[in-house]
Amino acid sequence: MEAPLLHLALVGTPNSGKTSLFNALTGSRQKVANYPGVTVERKEGFFVTPLGRQVSVVDLPGTYSLRGRSPDEEITRDFVLGKASGEIVPDLVLCVADSTNLRLTIRLLLELKRTGRPMILVLNMFDIASRRGITVDVERLVKELGVPVVTSIAVRKGGTADLLALTDEISAKLAAEPQENSWRALSVSELRATQREADRIIADCVSLPARPDTWTARIDAVVLHPVGGLIVLALILFVMFQAVFAWAQPAMDLLKSGFDALGELVKATLPDGLLQSFLQDGVISGVGSVIVFLPQIILIFLFILLLEDFGYMARAAFLMDRIMGGAGLHGRAFIPLLSSFACAIPGIMATRVIDNKRDRLTTILIAPLMTCSARIPVYTLIISAFIPAKDVWGFINLQGLVMFGLYVTGIVSALAVSFVIKFFMIRDYAPAPFMLELPDYKLPRLKSIAIGIYTRAKMFLQRAGTTIFSMMVLIWFLASFPQPPAGSTEPAIDFSLAAIIGKALEPLLAPVGFNWQIAVALIPGMAAREVAVAALGTVYSIEGGKEAAEQIGQVLATKWSLATALSMLAWYIFAPQCASTLAVIRRETGSWGWMAVTFTYMLVLAYAASLVTYNVAVALGAG
Amino acid sequence: MTDHDEKRPHMPLGLALRGYTGVIQHLSTKDTGSALSDIELESRLIELGFVEGARVEVLHEGLVGRDPIAVRVDSITIAVRRREAMAIIVA
Ligand SMILES: Nc1nc2c(ncn2[C@@H]2O[C@H](COP(=O)(O)OP(=O)(O)OP(=O)(O)O)[C@@H](O)[C@H]2O)c(=O)[nH]1
Ligand SMILES: [Mg+2]
Repeated sequence: MEAPLLHLALVGTPNSGKTSLFNALTGSRQKVANYPGVTVERKEGFFVTPLGRQVSVVDLPGTYSLRGRSPDEEITRDFVLGKASGEIVPDLVLCVADSTNLRLTIRLLLELKRTGRPMILVLNMFDIASRRGITVDVERLVKELGVPVVTSIAVRKGGTADLLALTDEISAKLAAEPQENSWRALSVSELRATQREADRIIADCVSLPARPDTWTARIDAVVLHPVGGLIVLALILFVMFQAVFAWAQPAMDLLKSGFDALGELVKATLPDGLLQSFLQDGVISGVGSVIVFLPQIILIFLFILLLEDFGYMARAAFLMDRIMGGAGLHGRAFIPLLSSFACAIPGIMATRVIDNKRDRLTTILIAPLMTCSARIPVYTLIISAFIPAKDVWGFINLQGLVMFGLYVTGIVSALAVSFVIKFFMIRDYAPAPFMLELPDYKLPRLKSIAIGIYTRAKMFLQRAGTTIFSMMVLIWFLASFPQPPAGSTEPAIDFSLAAIIGKALEPLLAPVGFNWQIAVALIPGMAAREVAVAALGTVYSIEGGKEAAEQIGQVLATKWSLATALSMLAWYIFAPQCASTLAVIRRETGSWGWMAVTFTYMLVLAYAASLVTYNVAVALGAG
Repeated sequence: MTDHDEKRPHMPLGLALRGYTGVIQHLSTKDTGSALSDIELESRLIELGFVEGARVEVLHEGLVGRDPIAVRVDSITIAVRRREAMAIIVA
């Protein structure tokens, strides 16, 4: 008879390498990074042990105790205790420790023992511990703790061989009768006693050379310097946004000319008609105009992944703590907000590490104001069309500077909104504590960066192939039908459904300087921000007829006034143009109400910002 | 504990300046003004390794009001605000 599926759970303090271990065991590609609180969800994976036992392993958010202080820690607690309804209790708990820092994990392990679950202590990151000259008397540790102990190097090939062997050995003799669960939340004095006990065991079994990581100390001397640190942070962000603009250009030009050639080919080989128009206007001018931005998206992710893997995120949170606190934000809000530069969805999920409900809600509400990567195509398109590509002060690209300005505006508005929330809604506000482990720096791992970029690029292209493509088909259809009556002299598109819809909306948007083409682009832009670029591409391409082989950017430069362009930029800083973000807000807050609040406040801000921008620009003669 | 420690005055870690090194004497979470309840604050501090006898060193401080501080507690570095660090009595 085949042995039943063995259920493992990965439990441990934050940043101890649980997800790395999970990936090593199951071959998955879950997100790994060097700061506490990366994993905020439960993830299950499967593998087969060397002896052929089928295993299910669950990766869990890191936690310092089973008390469950924040939503992510509750997930871990509920899974370990089998509280989640209909949940199977894990057969074996792998307690994962960072070997360079055993105090907190050993205390957690002593607490975990009370649950009566069979356990293995995994001394992970053993490579770093050995390098620092830390030695562990494993036999003695086994005796003291009463649980099997194994060393592991989750990020090295074969680094989990011992763990696999031990799992086989233990699972063969797992008691059928589950042991008594005597766990309950520890009182303060029990906690203290447990930590004392843990410290005693460590003193007996582990020899620590008094040699903290000197590299970390040296880097922190600069990076955490009260003034120097803030300058470094500002520089990093500045270089990041400049780079997105300047460095991606060659690759983007290449993609652009590729799509141009493709368009020419279609025009040359296919007969005039609907099929040619569909391929050229819908697919190439539409979807193609979004794919062109892939290099920029990759660059921004590269920067964020490098910062995350290096261990900088927790430092940035440290530097920004008081500044964010002034705006009423929790210190732990910084990392979710910085992740939102990539995409607001993981950013909103990451707020689960915030224990205080109201602080978490505030962070969720403002996360969509951070400039996510989906805004990049819109910003870039308009900036390249309207802002001259000259250098200021000799070395700063003006277009890059405007881009930087848009990012800064997003950040400042987010802080302002948070301030307003704090001021009007939360009268009895007491600043929540900020307590965060600052992990030692680690050299970014090429493999995990590559995997991170690959997953993101794949997601972007998949979206281009699905959401954006289907929206484009819709737009192309709306802009092509009904066809004009024979013999009409006006442009064909004027007879289309798109024009009818756009013109119906135009009066509403005329005060902010938007024409009917923009109105049409904004509606599918609700599905995803980039769609607006594709929609404009298609609409103007159809409108321009066969001769419009020009780039969408050049078309805009002739069709829009500068005031309209600036108004559009202002709109995109604020507008809630992303259905998936709204859906995640609903899920994470558990309420349609907060989703509606987010949608409304962002829409109101967008309209107001565009209105002001447009009118000021017109008054200054840019109309 | 050495004689050296006995002689040093007890003070809250929340008042220590950069470069300060000492040993935790006890936790006193009353009247720190933290948003957390006394028990919750004490639990959290212990969970991060702030227990009697642990060596601490103030490694870094922030710009605004020298807050927060980065504290080395035995083998790890923890960032805390001074307000919460007032509960940690060191010498
Ligand atoms: N050198 C070395 N680095 C490791 C090892 N295991 C993990 N890391 C690194 O440690 C960091 C944290 O790893 P994660 O797997 O994200 O840790 P986690 O426990 O899942 O963290 P949370 O999800 O935040 O609780 C990453 O930078 C990893 O690359 C190891 O065995 N050796
Ligand atoms: Mg993880």
